[in-house]
Amino acid sequence: MGSAIIFWILATIAVVTAAMTVLNRNPVRGALMLVAHMLTLAVMYLTLSAQFVAAVQVIVYAGAIMVLVLFTIMLLNLGVTGGGIRSRGAGFVLAVIGALTLTLAMVGGSVWRHGLAPMKATAESLERGGTAQAIGYALYDPELPWLFPFEVISLLLLSAIVGALVLTRRRSE
Amino acid sequence: MILPVPTAHYMALSVLIFCCGAFGVATRRNPIVMLMCIELMLNAANLGFVALGRHFGDTGGQMLAIFVMAVAAGEVAIGLAIIVALFRTRETIDVDRVDSLRL
Repeated sequence: MGSAIIFWILATIAVVTAAMTVLNRNPVRGALMLVAHMLTLAVMYLTLSAQFVAAVQVIVYAGAIMVLVLFTIMLLNLGVTGGGIRSRGAGFVLAVIGALTLTLAMVGGSVWRHGLAPMKATAESLERGGTAQAIGYALYDPELPWLFPFEVISLLLLSAIVGALVLTRRRSE
Repeated sequence: MILPVPTAHYMALSVLIFCCGAFGVATRRNPIVMLMCIELMLNAANLGFVALGRHFGDTGGQMLAIFVMAVAAGEVAIGLAIIVALFRTRETIDVDRVDSLRL
């Protein structure tokens, strides 16, 4: 019962902050709402017994990524003039209809129509499923398929660094 | 053992957040806000992954969530670099006015 109450409180905060991120005219306020949203999701990962993912969510998303976004917003200094929401015309109506259809199709198609397979979680997997130790053992286990993607991710991040440097270099020789 | 919140609730919440993000990408004109909406969608997908991972008692869901976070970090770095380069050459980042690639 207590976990259900916590879920509904967190879900309300998450949806409200997500909506405010989308609808706020001021990009800085939107970014701060997104930080609140990500912190809410981190708490939600804790209720899903995914402790390590919750920590990574706070450090990488709420920390690194949002600092980068806020830094860029303030660097470009666009204020509120950088373009609000397209609230007129057929595009807006299409977007509303599209978002509603997407919601109905995904909820209806995935969960209500077919239902989920019965829950396979055990008390042990709920208790220790997401600790840093469990994640580390699974990540470097050669029997599981995660080691190769992990190495490829390092290559991806390296190319992202080089790409960002090349894209922002001034061409004035 | 406390009865956990059903996975379907988490999936419905994930879908709702994803559609918030999709709506934002479709309607906002500021590319930085569009990027934030993409982050919102990736977060929603992560929530779904973690919830289903708990549902099946498998660490794979959390692993996928961690990989998605790494890809999101790279994506946001490249996206913001493109926006900064765009602002330098065009003095505007309104996506309705940056349409040189449009047919």
